[in-house]
Amino acid sequence: MAIIEIRSLTKTFGKIRAVRGIDLTIEKGEIFGLLGPNGAGKTTTIGMLCTIIRPTSGSGIIAGFDIAKHPTQVRQNVGIVFQDPTLDTILTGRENLQLHARLYGIPAQDRSRWIEEMLELVDLTQRADDLTKTYSGGMRRRLELARGLLHRPAVLFLDEPTLGLDPQTRARTWEYIRKMAQKERTTVVLTTHYMEEAQLMCDRIGIIDAGQIIALDTPGNMIDMLGGDIVAVKSPNPPLDIIRALPYVSAIKTVGETIEITMKSAHLHLAELLSLIDNVVSVEIRKPTLNDVFIRLTGRDIRQEDVENNGSWVETIARYRQRGK
Amino acid sequence: MNSLNVQRELLGISAVWWREFKVFWREKSRIVSSIVQPLMWLFLFGSGIGASLSVGSVNYRDYIYPGILTMSVIFGSVFFGLYIIWDRKLDVLKAVLVAPVTRISIFFGKVLGGCTDVLLQVAILFAFSFLFPSVNPWGIPLAFLFLLVTSIALVSLGLALGSLLESLEGFQVISAFLIFPLFFLSGALFPVDERLPPWLHGLVKLNPLSYTVDGVRGALLGINTYPFYMDLGILIFFAAAMLFLGSILFSRMN
Repeated sequence: MAIIEIRSLTKTFGKIRAVRGIDLTIEKGEIFGLLGPNGAGKTTTIGMLCTIIRPTSGSGIIAGFDIAKHPTQVRQNVGIVFQDPTLDTILTGRENLQLHARLYGIPAQDRSRWIEEMLELVDLTQRADDLTKTYSGGMRRRLELARGLLHRPAVLFLDEPTLGLDPQTRARTWEYIRKMAQKERTTVVLTTHYMEEAQLMCDRIGIIDAGQIIALDTPGNMIDMLGGDIVAVKSPNPPLDIIRALPYVSAIKTVGETIEITMKSAHLHLAELLSLIDNVVSVEIRKPTLNDVFIRLTGRDIRQEDVENNGSWVETIARYRQRGK
Repeated sequence: MNSLNVQRELLGISAVWWREFKVFWREKSRIVSSIVQPLMWLFLFGSGIGASLSVGSVNYRDYIYPGILTMSVIFGSVFFGLYIIWDRKLDVLKAVLVAPVTRISIFFGKVLGGCTDVLLQVAILFAFSFLFPSVNPWGIPLAFLFLLVTSIALVSLGLALGSLLESLEGFQVISAFLIFPLFFLSGALFPVDERLPPWLHGLVKLNPLSYTVDGVRGALLGINTYPFYMDLGILIFFAAAMLFLGSILFSRMN
């Protein structure tokens, strides 16, 4: 069942065409990632779906309600965690949730029970009666997640939910998001420009660039689209023509003394491949990432401006998951 | 369906009101300073001038008591409204504005919250009225009514201006060019009669807050220029206009 249906959604600010006709259908229970560089139109799109920004043209239906015609009903059915923190820091954690509960019309007899449940879910029961200005960045984010889900929305929008958090906190925040999404089978739509996080978290991904969706698929399919694993072999004189002719090889790229071979099922064919190459100095196999997909599609790196400390925990989780399989 | 919506909006209004009350109660230092300042006006300024000056048979310190009450309402109310500039800067309002509650309701919640804060301060100042021998305590309920209507008008005005302003620099401008003139031209510190220069007299008569001072002074001291119904009528009209203006500007605020 489709919970979100967007048709030719467009937003123009003066001369700037921030969103240029997006079509998208998101199913109930999906974790959907909207990926793209800064300024691609992610936040504007989410803003329109939450009825904060009025679309220039096009339509959007969320949980059966039209974003232009029935904004109040749409608001009732969505939760949102903004990119920048929006907690009331002079109130305690519990008071923030109480305010939200009233604003969203949660019946008085359910309020405190729902609030306790959410506090427990994000492990803030102990700190619930402290002012939120004493919270750490990760705790604030968790409380915002709890607040976003308190009124049991059909769709939860998360705009860069882990931006500005340190790697450990980011990993934990994702755990909470997953846990919460499972709890009520809430549909989650998130934006991020951390490709590795999206790859691990999302059922499906839409890559957005210059206000348009340029690719839409599961992370697995997107990566498969590149034609398999990347095997980097360092060798002084590899037989390029022979390698290129192999049925499972889809592309070859020479980078100095190293050749990067894109091939299907590297783990099955590696032995045969290496037997064809003399004087192998080193071999490295890596799975392509969504960032490789983005580079293939646009010719640019998605996060030119921030290549800082992500990666470490992502690798940890990736290893953990592989072990689990 | 319709009654359900009304109920939802009322719950929204009460939510914002509740929040403002919590914040007010938490910032004890703000309450204390908002009480201490008018008391300094009364006892340091009023007693000083009152030592050599009376208005009619009333000592100057007692004479300005209604004016100083009005002053705390002016400053408290307008500043409360302007405070949303901060809220917007800190994104505190953002989460409230995406809730399924109309902007008008959020505006009314804010107005109620502001009036509650200000009138609690006024109530504390009323508790000191026994120190002013000329003040008739039986006039307090009527004085309270004048101050309530004035507070509604001025919180709305503050919110209207706060919705327009993007930065805190505007704060100083409003303070200098709006709040102080409104205070000085209300007759809070001097009697309004033919002895005033005509230009000043004219400006005072144009200031809606002159009718607050006149009404409160009439209720507490029995000295008034206009009949109560006229003071109250003008103030209700002023409050209605400000509520209208404020709700429009607040709804358009981005």
